[in-house]
Amino acid sequence: MPDQSVTLRYAERFLDGFLTTAWICGVSICAAVALGLALFLVRRLPFAPARWFYDGYVGLLRGTPFLIQVFLLYYGGPGLGIRLSATTTALIGLSVYGSAYFAEIFRAGFEAVPRGQVEAARMLGFDRGQILRNVELPQMAALILPPSVNQCIILIKESAVLSVITVPELTTVATRVVSETFNFAEPYLLLALLYWLLVEATARGGRWLERAAGRHLTTTKGLTP
Amino acid sequence: MFDPAVIVPYLPTLIEGAGITFAVSILAILLGIPCGLALCFLRQSRGRAAATAAAVYISFFRGTPLLVQLLVFFYIPPAYGLELPAYLTAVAVLTMNTTAFQAEIFRGGLQAIPRGQVEAARMLGFTHGQVRRRVLVPQMLRVTLPALTNEAIDILKSSSLVSVIAVSELLRRGRQVAAATYHPLEAYAATALMYLLLVSLIAYAGRHAGRRLSLSR
Repeated sequence: MPDQSVTLRYAERFLDGFLTTAWICGVSICAAVALGLALFLVRRLPFAPARWFYDGYVGLLRGTPFLIQVFLLYYGGPGLGIRLSATTTALIGLSVYGSAYFAEIFRAGFEAVPRGQVEAARMLGFDRGQILRNVELPQMAALILPPSVNQCIILIKESAVLSVITVPELTTVATRVVSETFNFAEPYLLLALLYWLLVEATARGGRWLERAAGRHLTTTKGLTP
Repeated sequence: MFDPAVIVPYLPTLIEGAGITFAVSILAILLGIPCGLALCFLRQSRGRAAATAAAVYISFFRGTPLLVQLLVFFYIPPAYGLELPAYLTAVAVLTMNTTAFQAEIFRGGLQAIPRGQVEAARMLGFTHGQVRRRVLVPQMLRVTLPALTNEAIDILKSSSLVSVIAVSELLRRGRQVAAATYHPLEAYAATALMYLLLVSLIAYAGRHAGRRLSLSR
């Protein structure tokens, strides 16, 4: 029978796990966005091998399960002389996995910026860097916001997979509490609830950001004839 | 150092695992289509309780990791004396998960269909059920095909999580090969390659179906 005190007794460990999940996701998401932007810029380079590299990278990371990428890095790494701790594997794995998706989000957002604007900016004497900074990126920012928030949520959920290599995150904590107490229902239901709260909070934050960005967009639209 | 030859004797077991991965995922996706359609309509329904229940279901399955859903449905029912075969639970959890995602995909597809068509069909004397079956559902399936293909790829990749629990699919076979050969790098690389092939297969099938559907337009 479920022992009602289990969850309370282990509240501190659940909190620890929750915070570990939160910081690993936070750091990885920031790294994934930066790496994704770098990848997107590589793809824009004017020679074919850059594009092949991009297509291979994105294809490999999006075409295989995150779980096997974690296994390859954690258990396969030593075969290549790379020995990583579980937490380092988690950070690298999640960042690299996320970067492929963010690069594609940047690419789609970039393609949605009308070509005429880029041509007009070039006519006005802007160089490539200026066009990217002053014309393309600001417009992309509004377009890529909804898919980016969605991707953050996907990465938060994928982070549960890291329990398989015993990263001390939320799912690991719940599984350990289960094996210590033989109480299945409470820890696992609490686990689901905590993820749901984290995901819901992220989604709400994202909608708030979208509204803020949307206000900015409407004013701009109102000004254009 | 990197020696792909050690994997060769284990290729049949990996291929068999790939077959199980494919079968489990496709079964979940196909079962998910009618369930997702039903859930989508339930969510739009006028019945307050039904619509709320559908929204809660969707929120739970979209808002929690699939691994957590697997843990919940693999371990809690047996603790209360309800033992189910592992394969059955795996397919059931994957189906429940994809049903929520497909319901949201179909909701998007529903919005793409002009309201006038529904009104026209109603004027012609179609019942609500007929409007759904003959007017809405065929168009929802066509409009959402690219999104459904993506969802199929997602489920195929996510099905690797089933290995953590009990089912002897591709990734579990990969782990066994890694343990048997002491060559985890080669074993996991071969497994990853098979996932890549399966994903490419679904992507290709989706594009092919998309071309055929747009031709018949």
